[in-house]
Amino acid sequence: MIPVCRLVDLPAGESVRLDTTPPVAVFNADGELFAIDDTCSHQDASLSEGWLEGCLVECPLHAASFDLRTGRPTCLPARKPVRTHEVHVADGMIHVRLAADAGATGEGSAA
Amino acid sequence: MRAITVVGASLAGLYAARELRAQGFDGRLTVVGAEPHQPYDRPPLSKDFLMGAGDEGELGQLDQLALTDPEEMAELRAEWILGTRARALDVRGRTVVLDDGRTLASDGVVVATGARARRLPGPPLAGVHTLRGLDDALALRAELTRGPRRVVVIGGGFIGAETASSCVALGHDVTVVEAAPLPLAAQLGPELAPVCAGLHARGGARLLTGVGVAGLVGAGSGALSAVRAVELADGRSLPADVVVVGIGATPNTGWLAGSSLAVADGILCDDGCATALPQVVAVGDVARVGGVRAEHWTSATEQPRVAVRNLLAGRTVEAARPLPYFWSDQYGSRIQFAGRRGDGDTVRILEGSPEALGEGGFLAVYERAGRTTAALAVDRARSFMKVRRGLAAQENQAHQVNQAKEYV
Ligand SMILES: Cc1cc2nc3c(=O)[nH]c(=O)nc-3n(C[C@H](O)[C@H](O)[C@H](O)COP(=O)(O)OP(=O)(O)OC[C@H]3O[C@@H](n4cnc5c(N)ncnc54)[C@H](O)[C@@H]3O)c2cc1C
Ligand code: FES
Repeated sequence: MIPVCRLVDLPAGESVRLDTTPPVAVFNADGELFAIDDTCSHQDASLSEGWLEGCLVECPLHAASFDLRTGRPTCLPARKPVRTHEVHVADGMIHVRLAADAGATGEGSAA
Repeated sequence: MRAITVVGASLAGLYAARELRAQGFDGRLTVVGAEPHQPYDRPPLSKDFLMGAGDEGELGQLDQLALTDPEEMAELRAEWILGTRARALDVRGRTVVLDDGRTLASDGVVVATGARARRLPGPPLAGVHTLRGLDDALALRAELTRGPRRVVVIGGGFIGAETASSCVALGHDVTVVEAAPLPLAAQLGPELAPVCAGLHARGGARLLTGVGVAGLVGAGSGALSAVRAVELADGRSLPADVVVVGIGATPNTGWLAGSSLAVADGILCDDGCATALPQVVAVGDVARVGGVRAEHWTSATEQPRVAVRNLLAGRTVEAARPLPYFWSDQYGSRIQFAGRRGDGDTVRILEGSPEALGEGGFLAVYERAGRTTAALAVDRARSFMKVRRGLAAQENQAHQVNQAKEYV
């Protein structure tokens, strides 16, 4: 489990990037927390810098949009999903459990 | 419409094919492309792809460039005629003639033939490259992996600057020659263009401005003599092993000679990408839409939706007004620009500082009469996105007001 930050430090509509390898983005989407791989599956942009709207994040480079629950792109130009990771809150701290690499295609469980 | 031919099998052509199916065109769809490759993305060619980055090897890299996959290719139900050039369009725009003599009878035609790199006059020399397509990038990359070279990049525009940046990253000795006093001044304006000039210096490339190229000097015999130096107009001579010519692109309209389409630096279209023939629309780098020819990835992906709508309607029912947007990656920095800057617009720095680029970049807006006209960001993707959305909303509103005026 990787500690992210305190829950109070990630208000609704905000995101934070973890310098893991590969980097992970954690979002507070209207009170619900999600973690996905930070690097867009299209080219090289950081999704934590994207535009958050409901459960969707729009990539800041070419506007592909990803569903935070599944990691799947909902529009072009991205065609591949990003991985999703589990998020837990304990004692007011947000933690992320990175998806195991094997078989982690983002198709599986969301937070 | 029963049969539609898309000429040009790259970014705009593929997006047009997608839109045709998405908007319900159920007839025969043929896509003709001069290159033997399936549609691939060009922007990485001067960036990551040129540097050979990525740990997946060459195949992985080619896969990263691919714009589509076998599943989508099947869904599109199109006939792809690749490695074949369209040679002519008949006067009424109903028949596309191919290089191999075949003819395609069509009820509708989407022209998406893009542009090609401009070259310097003179005989070809080994070591001299342009960068437009995958084959160009592979040839240049092969040359750049043969140990340190003296590289001269002619032209300080986006492609030139990105190529220079990639060459520096590969460890080459790089000089950029720009004829104008300042590169990118037309795009970014005199206040902020120096930022990009500064990126070259910070990155470790020499930038010579205000001097043109008189010619290239070659040496050696054999089939092709190899480039040895670049002669400048002021008499200086720059020794060079590799020369990259990045002096702009010319729209591919030659094959339309003899058709009745009007061509002047691009195919003349109305605001809705329609030509004078209602059954012919044009999209992407080859199209001059409402007086403007944009050579950007985003226009090539956004115009096809409107162009196809108008093609299927048989007249212009919608205007294509994407907010101009482009990005560029140079020396580890990401540049993003959106909007329509005019000369004399005032520049306001909203975040960071153009002088301290290493420390997190900056966000600047251009303003005229109290309104934001455009925005430029270096390494400020998140705040840039907010401004870009604001600009797009403002543009939509202005468009609606204009439309309302047309009806009263
Ligand atoms: C190296 C490079 C880097 C770039 N980087 C950026 C960037 O960072 N940001 C950005 O916004 N934009 C960038 N661009 C611009 C962007 O790639 C173009 O705007 C986009 O490719 C235009 O798409 P298009 O389909 O209109 O034209 P093209 O991509 O040029 O495709 C046209 C296709 O038509 C084919 N064709 C031509 N004539 C015929 C014919 N007679 N018959 C059949 N086929 C024909 C051509 O072979 C080609 O495959 C870059 C371009 C290049 C070359
Ligand atoms: S990098 Fe995210 S859409 Fe292109």
